[in-house]
Amino acid sequence: MGAPDRFVRSGVNVYEVFRQERKGQAFQHAGSVAAPDSAFAEAYAREQYGRRGESVALWVVPRDSVLEIDEFVDELQKNYHRVDGYPLKEKLKEARERAGTAAPADR
Amino acid sequence: MSERAQLLLPIADDELVLGWRNSEWTGIAPFLEEDVAFSSIAQNEIGHARALYQLVADELGTTADALAFDRSPEEYQCSRFVELLLVPDWARTIARHWLYEQADAQRIELLKASGDPEVAGLAAKIDREEAYHRMHAQMWHERLADEPRYLEALEELRPLVDERGDHTSEFAALWEEMTMVRRSVAGATW
Repeated sequence: MGAPDRFVRSGVNVYEVFRQERKGQAFQHAGSVAAPDSAFAEAYAREQYGRRGESVALWVVPRDSVLEIDEFVDELQKNYHRVDGYPLKEKLKEARERAGTAAPADR
Repeated sequence: MSERAQLLLPIADDELVLGWRNSEWTGIAPFLEEDVAFSSIAQNEIGHARALYQLVADELGTTADALAFDRSPEEYQCSRFVELLLVPDWARTIARHWLYEQADAQRIELLKASGDPEVAGLAAKIDREEAYHRMHAQMWHERLADEPRYLEALEELRPLVDERGDHTSEFAALWEEMTMVRRSVAGATW
Protein backbone atom coordinates (compact mmCIF):
# COMPACT_ATOMS: atom_id res chain seq x y z
CA MET A 1 0.00 0.00 0.00
CA GLY A 2 1.26 3.46 -0.97
CA ALA A 3 4.67 4.82 -0.02
CA PRO A 4 7.23 2.26 1.15
CA ASP A 5 8.19 2.63 4.83
CA ARG A 6 11.77 3.60 4.04
CA PHE A 7 10.53 6.96 2.68
CA VAL A 8 8.73 7.83 5.85
CA ARG A 9 10.51 10.51 7.87
CA SER A 10 10.54 10.62 11.63
CA GLY A 11 7.57 12.39 13.18
CA VAL A 12 5.53 11.70 10.09
CA ASN A 13 2.83 9.08 9.75
CA VAL A 14 1.39 7.49 6.68
CA TYR A 15 -2.35 7.77 6.11
CA GLU A 16 -4.09 5.60 3.56
CA VAL A 17 -6.70 7.45 1.52
CA PHE A 18 -9.82 5.85 0.09
CA ARG A 19 -12.11 7.75 -2.22
CA GLN A 20 -15.72 7.43 -3.22
CA GLU A 21 -16.41 8.63 -6.71
CA ARG A 22 -20.20 8.79 -6.49
CA LYS A 23 -22.66 8.50 -3.66
CA GLY A 24 -23.54 4.87 -2.98
CA GLN A 25 -20.40 3.47 -4.63
CA ALA A 26 -17.77 1.49 -2.77
CA PHE A 27 -14.73 3.38 -1.50
CA GLN A 28 -11.55 2.47 -3.34
CA HIS A 29 -7.97 2.85 -2.27
CA ALA A 30 -6.63 6.03 -3.89
CA GLY A 31 -3.11 6.28 -2.45
CA SER A 32 -1.46 7.55 0.67
CA VAL A 33 -0.24 10.80 2.21
CA ALA A 34 2.53 11.36 4.74
CA ALA A 35 1.54 13.83 7.45
CA PRO A 36 2.53 14.70 11.03
CA ASP A 37 -1.05 14.44 12.35
CA SER A 38 -4.63 13.96 11.25
CA ALA A 39 -5.24 17.68 10.60
CA PHE A 40 -2.39 17.73 8.09
CA ALA A 41 -3.53 14.39 6.68
CA GLU A 42 -6.99 15.85 6.06
CA ALA A 43 -5.59 18.91 4.31
CA TYR A 44 -3.25 16.86 2.12
CA ALA A 45 -5.89 14.26 1.29
CA ARG A 46 -8.34 17.00 0.23
CA GLU A 47 -5.64 18.56 -1.89
CA GLN A 48 -4.52 15.39 -3.62
CA TYR A 49 -7.70 13.37 -3.92
CA GLY A 50 -10.62 15.80 -3.72
CA ARG A 51 -9.75 19.07 -5.35
CA ARG A 52 -10.74 18.23 -8.91
CA GLY A 53 -14.24 17.02 -8.19
CA GLU A 54 -13.02 13.40 -8.46
CA SER A 55 -14.46 12.34 -5.08
CA VAL A 56 -17.64 12.89 -3.11
CA ALA A 57 -16.11 11.51 0.09
CA LEU A 58 -12.75 10.33 1.43
CA TRP A 59 -11.73 7.94 4.16
CA VAL A 60 -8.37 8.88 5.65
CA VAL A 61 -6.99 6.09 7.83
CA PRO A 62 -3.69 5.86 9.72
CA ARG A 63 -1.80 2.97 8.13
CA ASP A 64 -1.22 1.50 11.60
CA SER A 65 -4.98 1.10 11.97
CA VAL A 66 -5.25 -1.09 8.90
CA LEU A 67 -5.27 -4.77 9.80
CA GLU A 68 -3.48 -6.46 6.95
CA ILE A 69 -3.98 -10.16 6.31
CA ASP A 70 -1.86 -11.76 3.64
CA GLU A 71 -1.61 -15.45 4.56
CA PHE A 72 -4.32 -17.86 3.58
CA VAL A 73 -3.53 -21.41 4.67
CA ASP A 74 -4.94 -24.19 2.51
CA GLU A 75 -2.79 -27.20 3.52
CA LEU A 76 -5.31 -29.79 2.39
CA GLN A 77 -6.03 -28.19 -0.97
CA LYS A 78 -9.72 -27.86 -0.21
CA ASN A 79 -10.51 -26.61 -3.66
CA TYR A 80 -14.21 -27.32 -3.14
CA HIS A 81 -14.19 -24.02 -1.19
CA ARG A 82 -13.27 -22.22 -4.35
CA VAL A 83 -15.45 -21.23 -7.22
CA ASP A 84 -12.93 -21.42 -10.08
CA GLY A 85 -14.30 -23.24 -13.08
CA TYR A 86 -17.82 -23.09 -11.76
CA PRO A 87 -19.87 -21.47 -14.55
CA LEU A 88 -22.47 -19.45 -12.71
CA LYS A 89 -23.44 -17.14 -15.53
CA GLU A 90 -25.46 -19.67 -17.57
CA LYS A 91 -27.23 -21.12 -14.54
CA LEU A 92 -28.13 -17.65 -13.34
CA LYS A 93 -29.51 -16.76 -16.77
CA GLU A 94 -31.68 -19.86 -16.85
CA ALA A 95 -32.94 -19.25 -13.33
CA ARG A 96 -33.85 -15.68 -14.22
CA GLU A 97 -35.72 -16.82 -17.31
CA ARG A 98 -37.69 -19.31 -15.23
CA ALA A 99 -38.49 -16.64 -12.67
CA GLY A 100 -39.26 -14.08 -15.35
CA THR A 101 -36.97 -11.43 -13.85
CA ALA A 102 -34.36 -9.34 -15.67
CA ALA A 103 -30.73 -8.92 -14.61
CA PRO A 104 -30.10 -5.79 -12.51
CA ALA A 105 -29.40 -2.98 -14.99
CA ASP A 106 -26.33 -1.51 -13.36
CA ARG A 107 -24.18 -4.61 -13.21
CA MET B 1 -10.72 55.51 -11.59
CA SER B 2 -14.04 54.33 -10.17
CA GLU B 3 -14.61 53.60 -6.52
CA ARG B 4 -14.88 49.90 -7.29
CA ALA B 5 -11.54 49.86 -9.09
CA GLN B 6 -9.89 51.74 -6.25
CA LEU B 7 -11.28 49.24 -3.79
CA LEU B 8 -10.41 46.07 -5.72
CA LEU B 9 -7.05 46.81 -7.34
CA PRO B 10 -4.93 46.76 -4.15
CA ILE B 11 -6.59 43.47 -3.17
CA ALA B 12 -6.03 41.93 -6.60
CA ASP B 13 -2.39 43.09 -6.54
CA ASP B 14 -1.92 41.54 -3.07
CA GLU B 15 -3.33 38.23 -4.26
CA LEU B 16 -1.26 38.20 -7.44
CA VAL B 17 2.02 39.08 -5.75
CA LEU B 18 1.50 36.78 -2.77
CA GLY B 19 0.48 33.97 -5.14
CA TRP B 20 3.68 34.62 -7.06
CA ARG B 21 5.81 34.59 -3.91
CA ASN B 22 4.19 31.41 -2.60
CA SER B 23 4.68 29.71 -5.96
CA GLU B 24 8.43 30.18 -5.48
CA TRP B 25 8.20 27.22 -3.09
CA THR B 26 6.98 24.88 -5.82
CA GLY B 27 9.44 22.00 -6.02
CA ILE B 28 11.36 22.96 -2.87
CA ALA B 29 8.73 22.97 -0.07
CA PRO B 30 9.71 20.99 3.06
CA PHE B 31 8.04 17.81 1.82
CA LEU B 32 6.09 16.53 -1.13
CA GLU B 33 2.55 16.74 0.26
CA GLU B 34 3.19 20.29 1.44
CA ASP B 35 4.65 21.18 -1.94
CA VAL B 36 1.38 20.15 -3.60
CA ALA B 37 -0.76 21.93 -1.01
CA PHE B 38 1.19 25.18 -0.94
CA SER B 39 1.46 25.32 -4.73
CA SER B 40 -2.27 24.85 -4.93
CA ILE B 41 -2.84 27.73 -2.52
CA ALA B 42 -0.53 29.90 -4.61
CA GLN B 43 -2.52 28.98 -7.69
CA ASN B 44 -5.81 29.82 -5.96
CA GLU B 45 -4.52 33.24 -4.91
CA ILE B 46 -3.59 34.00 -8.51
CA GLY B 47 -7.05 32.79 -9.54
CA HIS B 48 -8.62 35.22 -7.07
CA ALA B 49 -6.46 38.02 -8.48
CA ARG B 50 -7.63 37.13 -11.97
CA ALA B 51 -11.31 37.27 -11.02
CA LEU B 52 -10.85 40.61 -9.22
CA TYR B 53 -8.88 42.09 -12.14
CA GLN B 54 -11.67 40.95 -14.45
CA LEU B 55 -14.29 42.95 -12.52
CA VAL B 56 -12.06 46.02 -12.69
CA ALA B 57 -11.13 45.41 -16.34
CA ASP B 58 -14.79 45.25 -17.44
CA GLU B 59 -15.25 48.68 -15.98
CA LEU B 60 -12.05 50.23 -17.33
CA GLY B 61 -12.45 48.69 -20.78
CA THR B 62 -9.28 46.62 -20.56
CA THR B 63 -8.39 42.97 -19.76
CA ALA B 64 -7.35 41.10 -16.63
CA ASP B 65 -4.00 40.21 -18.24
CA ALA B 66 -3.32 43.86 -19.07
CA LEU B 67 -3.97 44.86 -15.47
CA ALA B 68 -1.84 42.02 -14.11
CA PHE B 69 1.13 42.40 -16.45
CA ASP B 70 1.14 45.66 -18.40
CA ARG B 71 1.41 48.21 -15.62
CA SER B 72 4.65 49.82 -14.54
CA PRO B 73 6.00 48.80 -11.10
CA GLU B 74 4.85 52.10 -9.51
CA GLU B 75 1.26 51.40 -10.52
CA TYR B 76 0.96 48.22 -8.46
CA GLN B 77 -0.77 48.83 -5.14
CA CYS B 78 0.15 45.67 -3.26
CA SER B 79 1.40 45.88 0.31
CA ARG B 80 5.13 45.74 1.04
CA PHE B 81 4.31 42.69 3.16
CA VAL B 82 3.37 40.44 0.21
CA GLU B 83 6.39 41.59 -1.78
CA LEU B 84 8.98 40.25 0.67
CA LEU B 85 11.14 37.48 -0.75
CA LEU B 86 11.06 34.80 1.98
CA VAL B 87 12.35 31.66 0.23
CA PRO B 88 14.10 29.63 1.67
CA ASP B 89 12.78 30.61 5.13
CA TRP B 90 9.78 28.38 5.85
CA ALA B 91 9.09 29.82 9.32
CA ARG B 92 8.72 33.34 7.95
CA THR B 93 6.76 32.07 4.97
CA ILE B 94 4.22 30.39 7.26
CA ALA B 95 4.14 33.46 9.52
CA ARG B 96 3.26 35.64 6.53
CA HIS B 97 0.73 33.08 5.30
CA TRP B 98 -1.04 32.99 8.66
CA LEU B 99 -0.98 36.78 9.20
CA TYR B 100 -2.18 37.37 5.65
CA GLU B 101 -5.08 34.92 5.97
CA GLN B 102 -6.19 36.61 9.20
CA ALA B 103 -6.17 40.07 7.62
CA ASP B 104 -7.63 38.82 4.35
CA ALA B 105 -10.56 37.18 6.17
CA GLN B 106 -11.63 40.58 7.55
CA ARG B 107 -11.27 42.20 4.15
CA ILE B 108 -13.37 39.49 2.47
CA GLU B 109 -16.11 39.91 5.10
CA LEU B 110 -16.32 43.61 4.18
CA LEU B 111 -16.51 42.79 0.48
CA LYS B 112 -19.22 40.18 1.10
CA ALA B 113 -21.29 42.93 2.76
CA SER B 114 -20.83 45.24 -0.24
CA GLY B 115 -23.92 46.81 -1.81
CA ASP B 116 -22.43 45.95 -5.22
CA PRO B 117 -23.83 42.47 -5.98
CA GLU B 118 -20.96 41.53 -8.31
CA VAL B 119 -18.39 42.37 -5.66
CA ALA B 120 -20.34 40.64 -2.89
CA GLY B 121 -20.91 37.56 -5.09
CA LEU B 122 -17.25 37.22 -6.03
CA ALA B 123 -16.18 37.75 -2.40
CA ALA B 124 -18.46 34.90 -1.31
CA LYS B 125 -16.92 32.59 -3.92
CA ILE B 126 -13.39 33.57 -2.94
CA ASP B 127 -14.22 33.07 0.73
CA ARG B 128 -15.22 29.44 0.14
CA GLU B 129 -11.71 28.72 -1.16
CA GLU B 130 -10.03 30.87 1.44
CA ALA B 131 -11.62 28.72 4.12
CA TYR B 132 -9.16 25.96 3.12
CA HIS B 133 -6.25 28.39 3.06
CA ARG B 134 -7.17 29.47 6.59
CA MET B 135 -7.41 25.84 7.68
CA HIS B 136 -3.97 25.18 6.21
CA ALA B 137 -2.47 28.31 7.81
CA GLN B 138 -4.05 27.48 11.15
CA MET B 139 -2.74 23.92 11.31
CA TRP B 140 0.79 25.16 10.62
CA HIS B 141 0.35 27.97 13.13
CA GLU B 142 -0.58 25.45 15.81
CA ARG B 143 2.15 23.03 14.76
CA LEU B 144 4.85 25.72 15.04
CA ALA B 145 3.37 27.44 18.12
CA ASP B 146 6.38 26.44 20.29
CA GLU B 147 9.03 27.05 17.68
CA PRO B 148 11.12 30.16 18.53
CA ARG B 149 11.98 30.88 14.89
CA TYR B 150 8.28 30.98 14.06
CA LEU B 151 7.39 33.23 16.99
CA GLU B 152 10.19 35.63 16.04
CA ALA B 153 8.93 35.67 12.46
CA LEU B 154 5.41 36.53 13.65
CA GLU B 155 6.78 39.41 15.76
CA GLU B 156 8.86 40.68 12.89
CA LEU B 157 6.14 40.53 10.24
CA ARG B 158 3.01 41.45 12.18
CA PRO B 159 3.56 45.25 11.99
CA LEU B 160 4.04 45.08 8.20
CA VAL B 161 0.73 43.45 7.27
CA ASP B 162 -0.97 46.40 5.63
CA GLU B 163 2.03 48.60 4.99
CA ARG B 164 1.56 50.30 1.62
CA GLY B 165 3.33 53.04 -0.28
CA ASP B 166 6.80 52.64 -1.78
CA HIS B 167 7.70 49.19 -2.97
CA THR B 168 10.32 47.04 -1.25
CA SER B 169 13.71 46.72 -2.91
CA GLU B 170 12.88 43.13 -3.97
CA PHE B 171 9.75 44.10 -5.90
CA ALA B 172 11.67 45.25 -8.99
CA ALA B 173 13.08 41.77 -9.61
CA LEU B 174 9.67 40.16 -9.06
CA TRP B 175 8.04 42.55 -11.55
CA GLU B 176 10.85 41.91 -14.09
CA GLU B 177 10.27 38.17 -13.97
CA MET B 178 6.48 38.29 -13.71
CA THR B 179 5.96 40.56 -16.71
CA MET B 180 8.80 39.19 -18.85
CA VAL B 181 6.65 37.10 -21.20
CA ARG B 182 4.17 39.89 -21.86
CA ARG B 183 6.93 42.39 -22.47
CA SER B 184 8.86 40.12 -24.83
CA VAL B 185 5.83 38.94 -26.84
CA ALA B 186 3.42 41.84 -27.27
CA GLY B 187 -0.20 40.79 -26.70
CA ALA B 188 0.75 37.25 -25.64
CA THR B 189 -2.18 35.25 -24.27
CA TRP B 190 -2.43 31.81 -22.73
